[in-house]
Amino acid sequence: MRLVISALSGALFGLGLLVSGMTDPAKVRGFLDLAGAWDPTLIFVLGGAVAPMIVAWRIAARTRRALTGAPFPPAPAPRIDARLVAGSVLFGAGWALAGFCPGPALASLGWSGVTGLSFTLAMAGGMIVHARLAARRSLQPA
Amino acid sequence: MFAMIPHDWIAGLAGGLMIGASAALLLLGNGRILGASGILGTLLAGEDPARERLAFVAALIAAPALAALAFGAPAFAQARELPLVVLAGLLVGIGTRMANGCTSGHGVVGMARFAPRSIVATLVYLGAGFVTLFLVRHLLGAI
Repeated sequence: MRLVISALSGALFGLGLLVSGMTDPAKVRGFLDLAGAWDPTLIFVLGGAVAPMIVAWRIAARTRRALTGAPFPPAPAPRIDARLVAGSVLFGAGWALAGFCPGPALASLGWSGVTGLSFTLAMAGGMIVHARLAARRSLQPA
Repeated sequence: MFAMIPHDWIAGLAGGLMIGASAALLLLGNGRILGASGILGTLLAGEDPARERLAFVAALIAAPALAALAFGAPAFAQARELPLVVLAGLLVGIGTRMANGCTSGHGVVGMARFAPRSIVATLVYLGAGFVTLFLVRHLLGAI
């Protein structure tokens, strides 16, 4: 059951990204280009996506357990640290350079060719490097 | 009235609702946060439950690919500078794992929860995106 829900969610996420136009790096860059021919489409995508999730969090607060019986993830501590800010700066820079963020990069692999594959492999490499560094750090005494 | 609204905006809203519904399904069904970078990153790091994450990623790649086969692939321009694409991928991979989230995990799921970390992350990556695009496109003339 959990596997089916995961797959259905992934499929709907990918189709939503495709329908929204966000799998096209030119449209994403068009939104980030305030000094050019600005394309506000991404705001509609974000607004459309956040609305059902606000409802979902309200339902989660009332039901306390997911359909499969799993508990809901606890809210993270509201701590704003240097890692959060520095990581978001790196992510934003890379997002603008390629016009890709992780979801659309995966969703467009079927047709994005060498560009999409190069981006996705480099992104996966960056994630693995981060995981290795984090594992090493956690072994050291604080 | 509706004819005056650009088609792209309506498609964006419709696609956005689908994205939000997929995140709601994963939360209310499995009690999981839909974050593309988190799901891929923890899968690559070998964390459990790997099969659920693999199912999500496989469907995320396969469903739009099949739709493109059936209805025709959408517009996509190959990048002129491949090294720039690789650099961008590395930045996105490392940055999203450092920040524990990207446009989906922070931008959609976290923002909808009004989580302070997600609101800050979203403002920062948007700001960094605006500045980077201005520098690279308008000052350097690349991309």
